[in-house]
Amino acid sequence: MGDVGEYDSTMGDVAIRAEHLSREFHGVRAVDDLSFEVPVGIVFGFLGPNGSGKTTTIRLLLGLLEPSVGEAAVLGHDVRREAEAIRLRAGALLEYPGLYDRLTAEANLDFYGRIWHMPANDRRTRIRALLTQFGLWERRDERIGGWSRGMRQKLGIARALMHRPALVFLDEPTAGLDPIAAAALVEDLEALVAGEGVTIFLTTHNLHEAEKLCRRVGVIRSGHLLAVGTTEDLVRSTSGSRVEVIGRGFCERTLHLLEARPEVAGLGLRNGSLWIDLRDDAAVAPLVSLMVGAGVAIEEVRRERASLEEAFISLMEREV
Amino acid sequence: MIADIWTVTTKEWREYVILRGSARGGLLGLLVFAGFIGVVMPVELGASWVDTPIAIVSAFWLPLVLVLSVIGDSFAGERERHTLETLLATRLPDRAILLGKMAAAVGYGWALTLIATLLGLLAVNLVHGHGRLLLFRPLAGLGIAEVSLLGAALTAGAGGLVSLRSATVREAQQRLSIAVMGVFFGLLIGLQAMPRAWLNRLGEAILGAGEGPLLLVVGLLLGLVDVALLVALAIRFRRARLILD
Repeated sequence: MGDVGEYDSTMGDVAIRAEHLSREFHGVRAVDDLSFEVPVGIVFGFLGPNGSGKTTTIRLLLGLLEPSVGEAAVLGHDVRREAEAIRLRAGALLEYPGLYDRLTAEANLDFYGRIWHMPANDRRTRIRALLTQFGLWERRDERIGGWSRGMRQKLGIARALMHRPALVFLDEPTAGLDPIAAAALVEDLEALVAGEGVTIFLTTHNLHEAEKLCRRVGVIRSGHLLAVGTTEDLVRSTSGSRVEVIGRGFCERTLHLLEARPEVAGLGLRNGSLWIDLRDDAAVAPLVSLMVGAGVAIEEVRRERASLEEAFISLMEREV
Repeated sequence: MIADIWTVTTKEWREYVILRGSARGGLLGLLVFAGFIGVVMPVELGASWVDTPIAIVSAFWLPLVLVLSVIGDSFAGERERHTLETLLATRLPDRAILLGKMAAAVGYGWALTLIATLLGLLAVNLVHGHGRLLLFRPLAGLGIAEVSLLGAALTAGAGGLVSLRSATVREAQQRLSIAVMGVFFGLLIGLQAMPRAWLNRLGEAILGAGEGPLLLVVGLLLGLVDVALLVALAIRFRRARLILD
């Protein structure tokens, strides 16, 4: 596991701490030696392809499965010994919304409110607030069997939030949604984190969504955690640094001079502008001085930033 | 714990009722069913409905039928509709989920049987009373309450075990149908294979035992089986196991 960004201990309490967490099924390790921390009050994105161990990790963290090896504490509770205490304070939208088709939207939420012993008045208020927030209040009396996947998914998230959990696990909440519904859901989640201060542990395939929502991410493949840190850390660590220089007068001599510099990993001309790949995130200023001295008329210098998607693909292509 | 069991039980009841259409239609349908079953046979039998053990026998098989119609759905249905894992991810203790579901099935079968029996009593009085009040003897009334409760628990326990091990409701119902037929034909073949002398002795023993001791023995036997099934369910009902099934 490569921790690309040091966890800042001043970020506050830790919602999840996993140490060498592993789970074996019939001799195969579905999750292998995961170590990471999720600070309180952020959206943590857990990224990985199908079958990489994301759902198993959530099951381990909820105490639904016992780890074969390793430890984990969720909201300060040990996953082996205090699973009920974890589930008391956590909410979860797992692979499916977990809703009862024969019941109305309101009855579904009411059932989960009763599970957490919410008083009747509080349940009514909370149901109204959540259904309004997700644009479902007008349809509260409908049985949800005929609802679209997007509406059910929204109701599933409302269900997971019903008892005001400190931590919510969302397993691919936008999977199967059309882009508009997915974007709306992401906005709803942003509003929730801002408004309620919950910690969200989110697994997703959608890297644009992760980039928009998540303060920190972990990347898992075949049960191994490849990287964990902020999205910026991840992008920086995997994509290096590319600089684009827009200007005139890039002659052969200037290019040779730049190539000779130790911090330059590669360069080339593209549509009249010069791109330079820097080693170890090196400074650009000395190169700019060199080019100006060589007679290049520079109009603009900008660092190109790879997307999280490019960083993710780069990680996926690496050997475990 | 009681509150948790009640939460699960009431959710199950709501689903049973809506299983038959709308909530109001579902309730009406159940009452019509209870009325039909409860009224037709008693009216046909007249005063002997309250004088002979027929009502007790009826109070044993009716909850079997009623519980069988819903118990397959208890765990297999949740699994099939992908709600089981979400339920297991809540704060509910294992025992609350298990006992809540069992209580829902038993309560459903028992309550409808008692309603059907009371409707039958009402019908018999209206049709055959002729000014007299026809009532069960106290021991017979107790027997009806006893066998219907224990019979419902027996079916819920056995059905719950089958449902826990089934992937779909259809699979659970098929297995339950096979099990019921197996028990029925097993008893039939067993009784036919029994030597005539033994059969006579058994009949004499039952008739000669008297209503009270007989109900006590039946109650004890059914109660023991019910407890054994509940223990088996509690052993089988493990979160991690259900998640992986």
